[in-house]
Amino acid sequence: MSALPQSIDETQAMLTGVDYVCSRSLAVVVFLSLKLGRPLFLEGEAGVGKTEIAKALAAGLGRRLIRLQCYEGLDAGSAVYEWNFAAQMVAIRTAEASVDKRELRSELFSDEFLIRRPLLEAMQPQTGGAPVLLIDELDRTDEPFEAFLLEALSDFQVTIPELGTVRAAEPPIVILTSNRTREVHDALKRRCLYHWVDYPNFEREMAIISARAPEAQETLSREVVAFVQKLRTEDLFKKPGVAETIDWAKCLVALDVIELSPQVIADTLGAILKYQDDIQKIEGSEAKRLLEEARAELAPV
Amino acid sequence: MVTYADLPMPEDGKLADNITHFARALRAAGLPVGPGRVVDAIRAVEAAGFSEKRDFYAVLEACFVSRPEHRVVFGQVFRLYWRDPQFLEHMMSLLSPMVRGVNQSPEAQAAERRAAEALLEGADARRPEEPEDQPGEEVEFDATLTFSADERLKQMDFEQMSAAELAEAKRAIALLDLPVRPIASRRTEPAMRGRIPDWRGTMRSAMRSGGEIERLAYRARRQRWPNLVALCDISGSMSSYSRMLLHFLHAAANAKGAGWSQVHTFTFGTRLTNITRHMRARDVDAALRAAGREAEDWEGGTRIGACLHSFNRDWSRRVMGSGAVVLLITDGLDRDDPAALGREAERLRLSARKLVWINPLLRWDGFQPRAQGVRALLPQVDAFRAGHSIRSLEELSVALTRADDRGDRERLLALL
Repeated sequence: MSALPQSIDETQAMLTGVDYVCSRSLAVVVFLSLKLGRPLFLEGEAGVGKTEIAKALAAGLGRRLIRLQCYEGLDAGSAVYEWNFAAQMVAIRTAEASVDKRELRSELFSDEFLIRRPLLEAMQPQTGGAPVLLIDELDRTDEPFEAFLLEALSDFQVTIPELGTVRAAEPPIVILTSNRTREVHDALKRRCLYHWVDYPNFEREMAIISARAPEAQETLSREVVAFVQKLRTEDLFKKPGVAETIDWAKCLVALDVIELSPQVIADTLGAILKYQDDIQKIEGSEAKRLLEEARAELAPV
Repeated sequence: MVTYADLPMPEDGKLADNITHFARALRAAGLPVGPGRVVDAIRAVEAAGFSEKRDFYAVLEACFVSRPEHRVVFGQVFRLYWRDPQFLEHMMSLLSPMVRGVNQSPEAQAAERRAAEALLEGADARRPEEPEDQPGEEVEFDATLTFSADERLKQMDFEQMSAAELAEAKRAIALLDLPVRPIASRRTEPAMRGRIPDWRGTMRSAMRSGGEIERLAYRARRQRWPNLVALCDISGSMSSYSRMLLHFLHAAANAKGAGWSQVHTFTFGTRLTNITRHMRARDVDAALRAAGREAEDWEGGTRIGACLHSFNRDWSRRVMGSGAVVLLITDGLDRDDPAALGREAERLRLSARKLVWINPLLRWDGFQPRAQGVRALLPQVDAFRAGHSIRSLEELSVALTRADDRGDRERLLALL
């Protein structure tokens, strides 16, 4: 476990140290979130690296990463805790005659039979210091769960009726992400620091590629990044994220491609565009035009 | 978490003052900035110990912004404010009488609009751009003799109502609801007749009897309600209908316990406007007034394809995430490229649970899908219904509860 960074520069250096190339403004909010102990709410298009921030933060700080993947219908039972009922039944049967009832009760609802789900786990003391709790894709859950999170995140405690209230000795570092498929309630956002994660600019995306796909040649990466950046200015149903750029670069390396050509783009377009409408739109002459434009911008350098 | 202690700030306290003023400026610019956030911001600035302007910017942005669309406004206010703090105070003092002036008059505006409506309605009832077929009108007229007054009103075309009849119709519409079938959710709730064994409940009741399990507790899937997304054409040819349909949607959006978990309303003519927030206003006139201010394209032309495109791109994933029923309210008279319109409509249908097209032109008995926009849209919708009278809206609310309702779609598709 390493100590929390003491300045914005240190935060940025720490994240860069674990191959996460981050913008200055992101470093500022991460630092603030650590310093003030506030949850950090990250929004942005899919694939811009929101989840990666939590992973990088956990790696950089040497903390445990606990991830709560949200989905529709997620309830407290699968997010906080559950009792191991089968084991409890067995315990009841075996203890039936011998133990007196009161003792059985205190045993049945004890730590031994408790199954901890991510939220409760994050409130337990950890050896390496408070964990990083990633609540991923919050927009997928429904409003009741959001309301439940409100309480859990403001007090960092949950109540288990049979055991009492569990309070985090050291609050976890909380990162929430949302793809904005649905608007998250203001009440929850208000408790968090907010940051919109944008697509990186050319230099930063180059740095990301060289950190995450180091096997790609410099010339190829430049073309790939320039092309993807051009692609993002097009009117697409789903713009390619950073994750797609990395994937694409890796794909091209695997195919032994040295430089882009309209044919290569047409063959591998599925790595960056995920909707048939978009692929149809870009295939063919459109890809050629974008490539030429991207090359033209690279030329003077 | 939300315990506020004294803030240790620099002696002169100028910064705290400035941030407070800055927050006021943001509020004036329309950002929802509460006092809690100001305290947060001051604390955050203090924690960050900024040395660079862009860090300072990022700190304040993280505290004051909570929606991407606010980022631009924030940026502008920030640049203006921190260039010269005095400048803003001047601005504020200049601005406030103006703001007050605007706030004073809305009642008068409402009255004006209503008065104009009362005077113009009927006298200036506009015809649809392309009346496909005329004779249907007379059939409706005949019916007036045989129905009671109430019944007559229900059959009547919105376009032919007098101001008094419209007012009556609005009252009737406010009482309509839009029932829908619930969806089984992944969440469960305790239920006597459920089928999912509830181990937690069973164990708890067993503890009451000292560990003896007397009966199994059960749970059942909870039911949830789908969202309703209404896309309402407000172009010139639709004006008398869209107003009534918005009344109808307002009633649906504000009916408690009527089913829909959320009602999102959009208007479109030449561009798409989200008026969901305005439709939550309790008073329907206030809601429509606010919506009218926002949508600048009332009674203009129509570009259905382009508007559906911007809906699909910007909104569909946000408002249709959990399976929404979509009401597309338009006469389908669109002069843009029909192929593009068909493509956008298909995309819309693919992401919706059900796409219902409401077309007031369908009231004409001899309505035929001749206009190219209609021909492009029709194959892509799940149901096709009229929406020109109270009766047709009643039929719509019944139809929505049936999963297999198609309205007049099949009949008209055969005519294509």
